[in-house]
Amino acid sequence: MPIQVLMPALSPTMEKGNLAKWLKKEGEPIKSGDVIAEIETDKATMEVEATDEGTLGKILIPEGTADVAVNTPIATILADGESAADLGKASAPAQAAKAAESAPPAEAKAEAPQPKAEKGPAAPPAAVAEPDPEVPAGTEMITQTIREALRDAMAEEMRRDPDVFIMGEEVAEYQGAYKVTQGLLQEFGARRVIDTPITEHGFAGVGVGAAMSGLKPVVEFMTFNFAMQAIDQIINSAAKTLYMSGGQMGCSIVFRGPNGAAARVAAQHSQDYSAWYSQIPGLKVIAPFSAADYKGLLKAAIRDPNPVIFLENEVLYGHTGEVPKLDDYVIPIGKARIVRSGKDVTLISWSNGMTYALKAADELAKEGIEAEVIDLRTLRPMDTETIINSVKKTGRAVTVEEGWQQSGVGAEIAARIMEQAFDYLDAPVARVSGKDVPMPYAANLEKLALPSVAEVVAAAKAVSYR
Amino acid sequence: MAAPKKSVAKESGQEKANGSPPEFTKAQELAALRDMLLIRRFEEKAGQLYGMGAIGGFCHLYIGQEAVVVGMQMALKKGDQVITGYRDHGHMLACGMDANGVMAELTGRRGGYSKGKGGSMHMFSMEKNFFGGHGIVGAQVSLGTGLAFANRYRGNDFVSVAYFGDGASNQGQVYESFNMAELWKLPVIYVIENNRYAMGTSVTRSSALTDFSKRGASFNIPGQQVDGMDVRSVKAAGDEAVAWCRAGKGPFILEMQTYRYRGHSMSDPAKYRTREEVEKIRTDQDPIEQVRNRLLAAKVSEQELKAIDAEVREIVNASADFAQRDPEPDPSELWTDVYR
Repeated sequence: MPIQVLMPALSPTMEKGNLAKWLKKEGEPIKSGDVIAEIETDKATMEVEATDEGTLGKILIPEGTADVAVNTPIATILADGESAADLGKASAPAQAAKAAESAPPAEAKAEAPQPKAEKGPAAPPAAVAEPDPEVPAGTEMITQTIREALRDAMAEEMRRDPDVFIMGEEVAEYQGAYKVTQGLLQEFGARRVIDTPITEHGFAGVGVGAAMSGLKPVVEFMTFNFAMQAIDQIINSAAKTLYMSGGQMGCSIVFRGPNGAAARVAAQHSQDYSAWYSQIPGLKVIAPFSAADYKGLLKAAIRDPNPVIFLENEVLYGHTGEVPKLDDYVIPIGKARIVRSGKDVTLISWSNGMTYALKAADELAKEGIEAEVIDLRTLRPMDTETIINSVKKTGRAVTVEEGWQQSGVGAEIAARIMEQAFDYLDAPVARVSGKDVPMPYAANLEKLALPSVAEVVAAAKAVSYR
Repeated sequence: MAAPKKSVAKESGQEKANGSPPEFTKAQELAALRDMLLIRRFEEKAGQLYGMGAIGGFCHLYIGQEAVVVGMQMALKKGDQVITGYRDHGHMLACGMDANGVMAELTGRRGGYSKGKGGSMHMFSMEKNFFGGHGIVGAQVSLGTGLAFANRYRGNDFVSVAYFGDGASNQGQVYESFNMAELWKLPVIYVIENNRYAMGTSVTRSSALTDFSKRGASFNIPGQQVDGMDVRSVKAAGDEAVAWCRAGKGPFILEMQTYRYRGHSMSDPAKYRTREEVEKIRTDQDPIEQVRNRLLAAKVSEQELKAIDAEVREIVNASADFAQRDPEPDPSELWTDVYR
């Protein structure tokens, strides 16, 4: 029976790609291992190797086609003795193509086909989003991926200040393990875009030392999971030195990189550090959701004279959003944003947690519950005022986070609400969070371990006594 | 000239650096004597104040190791940076930091270098290019490498000196730093102050390779063992390392073979070594006595040396007085300097 070649997932978070080029023609013989096509992801151009032998029977997706979803049949391979007449009988194998060996290393560690997991919207729904007060009315908006917004933020700050440089694993020649630093080496050169050895503890310390002497490093961790190796330098050296020196010696540095669960990378690569860093005085902690916030807040982080933890989310990197086309779009650190107004219940989240919160708000609206959704954006300093004002209005609150519940950010929010708005509460604050287990690998278990829209909806209804 | 009878190096089974050190001029000898004496008297006073309860927490004294930092400082120029671990009072004084400010920090007073908020292990002076004072063993090695990175980035010719002990030499980030420093040819001098004990663990019980000058071998970083009890040897080795770094050749390792007379900290009874071992080194090797004996042999008058003693004692006594009179920080200081 002819075999279908499916559009392969070339990274844990890839959902679609462009079929750039066919390297084999219909009728050509194919051996296992032959490169048959090139596929562009949002990070790189990758080669697709055949895993089956036979003849390329039919090309189903012509070259030049954009946004081909993962698992779409792209070609049919005829086995020996089969002919074009057999094409109609084609059936898809479980997996007919695999990525070439050149997959990015971080992802190669846990390469797997992308599950059809719930994914966030491209951006907060435009119909309900309130414009950021920082953006003048009539400003032209451009559509960008979060990955591009981050790169532009760094490039703009590097143009503006010669003391800003970026260092980390694969940030320069490889163009970034997640392609966030794409093009920076070409524009700024190897002096300011620095590939480090795999040596998190060491290069974090080198970055902090450089910052102590007045430079403004942006230190990229390939993921924050690896920053545990460096956490002593982040906390003991970066966060505490200003205080320990009586205000004499500070440290203007940004530690950034993907945080939290990606997809199918299991326990050691799927931890949310929001609560860990947000406990530390001396650090600022930022965890945005929208593309515009990623850009405006990263620019603010780089300018900030304090050490800043900038938590990104790998699942969101390829998501697009509207970014104001302004010469210098900087969002103040420490300000939450009301993404959706409502009077019945307040949903409080940040980063990818917003995905669940916003979808839940849509669901709740169908049942006549108007949820107000707050994107914290910054976890430290926390914009308690915006939370409290909302809770005073709604009387009910649900926190949504991908991290664990014990001593989590949701626990902190609940405590602040209790301390400052107890008399306004009509129900105890509810927390939706990641489950109290290491992240499992199996697709179904992983989904269960993360928060879900249904859980947020249920929690919102529970605090509404509905 | 009175030469030491037996070197610390030989005592500890280590090899002594080759050759005799170049002579100092009389002015250099006098300056070295004065700076080492200042550290010794200051530390003795700090120990006394600790005993009186005026200094709290941890207090690690530098007594016995004075020649290391004083000799190194003689090899540096203004603009070079210094960073070290928690046994840091001597480094601060050698960098020219004010004794009053250091002592007042030890007593936790507002006139201390960190307004009383850092204490013994956490003091800094941007003015004197002293970058601390770090309490986590080995952290200063990566940080000092970062200072060198900044010098390289800026294209200046300053070097940074990162001091750490034989104990810190076994921390992983030390080798991460060595690798990057050599890879990027960073102008950093790693000064390993081998005082033979990491707290209570002797180097032979903690280190597979006790020749610390070879610890950079797998990164191609040159190293040298130095008699860290002889300030002239230290200065000569420092000169060589500084020249290497300033020439853009990358990092350099100096193993300073030295000895601390006091316990690891004030609360250490030092049961891991004999009283005789300490006494022998004090008698035969003392870095200050070596200089004093050379000066006397060179016909410098007792009177001139006594004048130095007196000057140093006055500075130290004044600092102790200041550190006990100066008020504690205002309660409002609790909340300052967390962010800027």
